[in-house]
Formats: sequence, structure tokens, C-alpha cells
Amino acid sequence: MLRIECPLCGERPYTEYRYGGDADKRRPMHGAGGIEAWHDHLFLFDNPKGPHREFWQHVQGCRQWLLVVRDTATNIVAEVALARDARGMDRQGPGER
Amino acid sequence: MLRYSLSRLVRHALTDRPWSRAWREAKPRNRYDVVIIGGGGHGLATAYYLAANHGIRRVAVLERSYLGAGNVGRNTTLVRSNYMMNGSTQFFEFSLKLWEGLSQELNFNVMLSQRGQIVLAHSPAQMDGLARRGNTMLLNGIEAELLDRGQVQHLLPYLDYSPAARFPIAGGLLQRRAGTVRHDAVAWGYARAADALGVDIIEGCEVTAIMHDSSGAHGVETSRGRILADRVAISVAGHSSQVAAMAGLELPIESHLLQAFVTEPIKPFVDHVISFGAELFYISQSDKGGLVFGGHIDGFNSFTQRGQFPKVEGVAQCALALIPGMSRLKLLRHWAGIQDMTPDGAPFICRTPVRNLYFNGGWCYQGFKATPAAGWCLADTIARDEEHPLVRCYGLGRFAQGGASLDEYGHGHWTYRH
Ligand SMILES: Cc1cc2nc3c(=O)[nH]c(=O)nc-3n(C[C@H](O)[C@H](O)[C@H](O)COP(=O)(O)OP(=O)(O)OC[C@H]3O[C@@H](n4cnc5c(N)ncnc54)[C@H](O)[C@@H]3O)c2cc1C
Ligand SMILES: [Zn+2]
Repeated sequence: MLRIECPLCGERPYTEYRYGGDADKRRPMHGAGGIEAWHDHLFLFDNPKGPHREFWQHVQGCRQWLLVVRDTATNIVAEVALARDARGMDRQGPGER
Repeated sequence: MLRYSLSRLVRHALTDRPWSRAWREAKPRNRYDVVIIGGGGHGLATAYYLAANHGIRRVAVLERSYLGAGNVGRNTTLVRSNYMMNGSTQFFEFSLKLWEGLSQELNFNVMLSQRGQIVLAHSPAQMDGLARRGNTMLLNGIEAELLDRGQVQHLLPYLDYSPAARFPIAGGLLQRRAGTVRHDAVAWGYARAADALGVDIIEGCEVTAIMHDSSGAHGVETSRGRILADRVAISVAGHSSQVAAMAGLELPIESHLLQAFVTEPIKPFVDHVISFGAELFYISQSDKGGLVFGGHIDGFNSFTQRGQFPKVEGVAQCALALIPGMSRLKLLRHWAGIQDMTPDGAPFICRTPVRNLYFNGGWCYQGFKATPAAGWCLADTIARDEEHPLVRCYGLGRFAQGGASLDEYGHGHWTYRH
């Protein structure tokens, strides 16, 4: 089973987490970009067969959002970090308007 | 082509010779009119209809693995046409009609079994939803029967009707013409019939690049060398993003993993195809006696073709909530396939921004039942360089045009919820 090592709680089965999708998608700023920017953001997927940077939330643990690098061809997890650290000062993170 | 028939079977039984190969082991030629990437059900059907309907016979199907290695050999074999959204209703009914004549058409028994499919409702609201779906079908000339609880109990006496049932059964919607088809036979039957018309079916041939420039696509690079083609079609299911990227395209598709399960064989028990209404769960019984069932995708994008255990548990819970009598059956096998999921749960059959490059994919849970119609319509789209009327709704540009109108359940753009 896929297991993810939470930096705060330790290694847990993936069922403790909620999947949050591709972490490299950037939500366009409101008002910025035309319909095309929104189309690409909502509907196009990188969908790599290989390393994928993605969000997971530890809903049954510390409830932190994590940034995980998982290989989609093997499910091997290479890196896990707290999303707020990994995304740093990026103002377009999840939930930011 | 050696025609199969009862007399041939009897005569053959009297000899000790093995049956001859059903299709040639073709070597790639330098050039074709049409190259189809992907030897799943859809690619093979497309090749067959190109030859049979349009007289285009210089066609190659390139399959990187063996024939049937993909989802055509991994699905749960359900065919039906009880779709509600305009466009899909007509497309899937056309497909079911093609299934009804397919064994004759291909001279290969695909074992269509129209045992009827019942979608269950567990609340008055769900009954209203099914009534609406049924009415949509009737308006399109597709028969549908709304069943009340008593009628469901008469047909499916082994479901849980006890007061303790977690999801009490309110009724259901029956499509009698729905059922199952033997999936391997579909791949073999189309391969054999296409081969007889001159199509080259080339296994063990992986496409690694699509040759293209501003004037369009010109051929492919493969693990067995360069192959030139006037037209190229992509029909690779779970690897759609990877192959489309070879022509510089980014798709509204994400690849997810779907598992399927079969129990040890038992005597005839489940005579229909049943779809649970409380969760995504469906079940039927194979001719060998195993109960074949499946549920939701695993929930995160994956190419591993290896399912996660919690889904096994979840699907088993659905099975027991619906059919308590299954509790002592053993699981015989379970497996997974890579599904090309889309933002509205509907597929694509269309031209692409690259001239002479055509795309078929994004089939989510529903590509097996679509096989004959997808092949028919893609062949037509390639031959006439214009989308077949039945698939004009399945273009790659529909999201930019605000088209959410194919989303059967109103889930929104999350691929993993369709
Ligand atoms: C577990 C499961 C259950 C399902 N149940 C149902 C069902 O009950 N009813 C239903 O309608 N649908 C069902 N589906 C969906 C259905 O199986 C698929 O949508 C359909 O089979 C896809 O079309 P195909 O047959 O052409 O795909 P595939 O058989 O997957 O064919 C694609 C082929 O492309 C090949 N390929 C990939 N990349 C390359 C390359 N670079 N070069 C050459 N070849 C390449 C692959 O090897 C593969 O053989 C199910 C799917 C799964 C996984
Ligand atoms: Zn945690």
C-alpha cells in the first residue's frame, strides 16, 4: 500500500490523507489572464508517467497540507515537505485569492 | 480468411491439425495510408472499419505489447446505452446496435449476452433521477423500464431487503438490451477481420515519436523503425497524454487506476448486470461462474497498473451491503487498468490541431461498450477528415466553449470524480 511519511506524524498509509492533485498547477489571479488561462488551469493536465509533485492533506493526523513527490509509474515517494514551507512566499498557493 | 461455422467445427474435430492462426504476424512496411497507434479494442475496430466501410486497406495497427494487453482485456465487459446527456445517449445506442450484429459481421463469436442491466435507486430522489434518465432514453427510441421495489425484488431476490439494509432499495431502471460481451473475443475478432481485409497488425512495436511539422503529421518512429503514414491516429487509452505529447499536445486527460475483481466460480446466481445506487459498484456473473465486479478508481493519478488494498476492502463492503450472501465467497483474482479520465467524464474522437493527426481517448469507465461505435466514427473521421456527426460533441475544444453538457453526474472538472 502507498505510504507517505508526514514530517510531523511519521509514516502513515495513504488512507489517512486526502489527495489534492498536481502541485505545479498555478491558479490564475482573479481578473488576470483571459479565458484561455482559466481553461488551461482547470482542464489541462500534465499527467506525467514519472515524478509528480502533488498535494496531500493529512486529514486524519495533523491536518497539514503536504507537498509530495511521487513517481506515478511506481508509487515510490521521493520527497515530502510541509506545503507551506515548500511553496514559501508563493502567493498563489491553494486557497489564496 | 478461414470462415468459422458449425460444419467447419465438426469437420475440424475429425482432424488432428491445430487451428490456423487467426491473423498474420505482420512486419512493418515503410509506408501506410493510415497508422493507428494502440492495438486495443478501439484501434483494432478503427482499422477494421477503415477497411470495411471506406476501402482504406493500407493500414497498420501498432501495439507496443501483445494484443489485448491493455484495457480491452482488463475491463468488466458491460455494455449498455442508458446515458442521459444529449450526444452520449445517441452515441452509445449506436454502439449497442453495432454490438447486436457484431458476431455475424466479424464471423467471430463475441458472446454478446443481453441479460439486462438494472440500476438501483435507494431513495425517492434517486427514483426521480432514474425516471428522468428512462424518459430521456424513451424519447430517443431506447427501451427502458422503471421498476418499483417489488419488481426489483422479483427479479433480484438475493439483494438485501431486510429492515437492516444499509441502503434500502427503492426501485430501479432496467435496460433489457444491456449486458456483457466477451472482451478478449472483441480484440481477436476485430484483429482477424481487419487482417483478412489487408490490415497489418504489428505487436511488440512501441511508438516513440510522431513525425510532424507545420504541415501536419507524416509518420511515426517506433521500436521497430520509422514508419511513414499519410494519416496517424492515436488510440492508446491510459497513455493518451504521453503519446499526444509526442506531437506537442497537452490534453484534458489524467490517468487513473481502476481495479476489477472476480470470485471463485459458483452456480448461476446473478442473472443480470446490477449497478448499486449508493456507491459506484456493479456486478455480473461470468459464463465460468465467477462474480465479476468493480467500483471506483483508486483516487490519485497512477500508471502502476497495481491497485491499492483499501479499494479492495471498499468494493467488498459494497458487495456485502448489496448481496449479503456473497460474504463467504473467496476472491479469485483482482487486477487493474490505466484509465484515461476527463474533466466531464466524456471522451474525445476528433481531429487535432496537428493536421492528419486524429485522437481517440478519454474513455474513463465506459470505453469497452463504446468499442464498435468509436472504431466506426474514428474511421469515418479519418477517411473524411471531418468528425462523424455522432461524435461532433466529443471534440477537444469543448471545455473552452463552455461545454459542461456531457457531464452525466454534474461532478465538475475533477477527473478523479468521474
Ligand atoms: C478494470 C476496468 C474495468 C472496466 N470496465 C468497463 C466496462 O464494464 N464497460 C466499459 O464500457 N468500459 C470499461 N472499462 C473501460 C474500457 O476497458 C476502456 O475504456 C477501453 O478498453 C479503452 O479502449 P481500448 O480497448 O482501445 O484500450 P486498450 O486496450 O488499453 O488499448 C490501448 C493500447 O495502446 C497501447 N499503447 C500505449 N502506448 C503505446 C505506444 N507508445 N505505442 C504503441 N502502443 C501503445 C497499449 O499497450 C494498449 O494495448 C474498464 C476499464 C478497466 C481498467
Ligand atoms: Zn501529519
